[in-house]
Amino acid sequence: MPIQSLKGALRALLLVAIFFAGVWSQSSGVIDDFLWYLPDVQFLAVQHLWLTAISGGLAIAVAIPLGILLSRPSMARWAESLMQILNVGTTIPTLAVLALSMSFLGIGTVPAVFGLFVATLLPITRNTYAGLKGVNLALMEAAAGIGMSPLQQLLRVELPNALYVIFAGIRTALTINVGTVPLAFLIGAGGLGELIFTGIDLYDPVMMLSGAIPTALLAIVVDALIATVAFLMVPRGVNPNRA
Amino acid sequence: MIQLDNLTKVFDTPKGAVVAADHISMEVPAGEICILLGPSGCGKTTTLKMINRIVKPTSGKVFIDGEDTTGMDTQQLRRNLGYVIQQIGLFPNMTIEENITVVPKLLGWDKARYRERAREMMAMIAMEPDAFLKRYPSELSGGQQQRIGVARALAADPPVMLMDEPFGAIDPINRTVIQDEFLKMQQELNKTIMFVSHDIDEAIKMGDRIAVFREGKLVQYSTPDDLLAAPKNAFVESFLGEDRALKRLNLVKVREVVSDEIGTVVPGDTLETALAKIDDFGYQNSILMVNDQRQPVGLITRAVARTTRGYCRDHFQNVPATVNLDDDLRKVASLMFAQDTTWLPCVDDDGRVCGQITQRAMTHHLGARFRAQETNDLTPDAATKE
Repeated sequence: MPIQSLKGALRALLLVAIFFAGVWSQSSGVIDDFLWYLPDVQFLAVQHLWLTAISGGLAIAVAIPLGILLSRPSMARWAESLMQILNVGTTIPTLAVLALSMSFLGIGTVPAVFGLFVATLLPITRNTYAGLKGVNLALMEAAAGIGMSPLQQLLRVELPNALYVIFAGIRTALTINVGTVPLAFLIGAGGLGELIFTGIDLYDPVMMLSGAIPTALLAIVVDALIATVAFLMVPRGVNPNRA
Repeated sequence: MIQLDNLTKVFDTPKGAVVAADHISMEVPAGEICILLGPSGCGKTTTLKMINRIVKPTSGKVFIDGEDTTGMDTQQLRRNLGYVIQQIGLFPNMTIEENITVVPKLLGWDKARYRERAREMMAMIAMEPDAFLKRYPSELSGGQQQRIGVARALAADPPVMLMDEPFGAIDPINRTVIQDEFLKMQQELNKTIMFVSHDIDEAIKMGDRIAVFREGKLVQYSTPDDLLAAPKNAFVESFLGEDRALKRLNLVKVREVVSDEIGTVVPGDTLETALAKIDDFGYQNSILMVNDQRQPVGLITRAVARTTRGYCRDHFQNVPATVNLDDDLRKVASLMFAQDTTWLPCVDDDGRVCGQITQRAMTHHLGARFRAQETNDLTPDAATKE
């Protein structure tokens, strides 16, 4: 999968970067410079995670029911066109979404959360829809044929069998979300972007890296966290990682 | 009992209305297996699926045990109809135990009862409960999975089972085994079963009755023997194949054709006596020698009896084969061809000789039914009665 290999390359790159940063900091005593930013990093990382948690949580809460709704047989006529609209929505750059939401909602946390929410919503909806549509038709016929109600079919057969794909969507979306939060600084919502963009403006690499490195680490941690949750929640019979 | 009354399904397609099932009326008596047989697209599966409303009938009624199902709640109806499909459709997210107990759970059984039931079902399909109940479907072979599929359908003990080409996706060896197991189970369970198949041999083997479909219409509905002996029209005849007389061999048991008259000698008889008996009974080639328990031990051939002197015990050949009273004629015919012989001794369960079966008797038995049919065809009254 391209996303997987991209992540792999990103991680390798990160390791190399850390190595050189170590060498460089050893020789120049830059570690002290970094430590000077530690209180800022702690404060901003918490803010950063809050932005991710709220926008991501909202996105999951909306996207999964939306995906389920679109996958219902009664919605079949509308589902494909709605998915197309969502797909077009995905192509709009996040920065543009943030700019748009700022022009409607002003400056601060609310427009930032809204912009991040929109960017995160789409991949999760798409994977929920695709996962549910991808459940083997024979399973659905068996489930209906033995007398499950539509709700029982959804809860006992469709969702458990689509869960792996749904989690893949959540994982991708939230990892990208963490990486996108720095842009929220541009519309006044704080987060680690504050160090990154200020560092860029001041030609201060130490300040910039004090924001960039924790952002990358957070993305990795969030990714691993969701992978673990998925590993534990997807039933063993349909979990490729637990075969 | 399943009763279909003018069941009709019309599909609206872009090319216009297609009649998938056209006024199907038939009745399957309680405890019998009815095979819906026909080429693909003949409406047999549609007819089956209208019974549990996977396909909604356009018109017509279904009665189960005399009760009209039209007003019943769909889910309630389905929970009382066992359903087995060709793709098996086990739920991969559930263990074998969860798969088997899914219907009992829907029906609100308590935990102890449905867990006990899962073990019972495993015993019934001859799979070790402790080894399999906690495993997942993906860890089982195709044949094992379909056994579980059957167990799941039977778990809530529904009086009626619907089976849509249940053994179609299983390799031939396993299919035969699973068919035999299923017939054995059915002898005890006595379910009323509707079974879709496109395999004429499977139909003859499994069916108490066979319903032949063509282009949405029920062409002929009769017992396998009637079907093979008296196909209603050229379509049925061609669907059954040109060897349909041979297929009837499957349906006839040795005990229906056996003749209890068989001349035998004992080891102590002289060859002279043997020759006399061969001539008395009019045997062409040889006579059977039995021991004092009347078990077959050898053959005395005419040639030996005529040219040699002595006792039978010193001059016999081995018996090429014997057949049991419950064997079907197909096996008998196969043995006769293999051994190049026109008769075989029949033995009972204790291995005692109880008669003989001859090629002549077999062909006569099969021919009698066809001859009766031809006479029927000539007399219009009898034909309409048929």
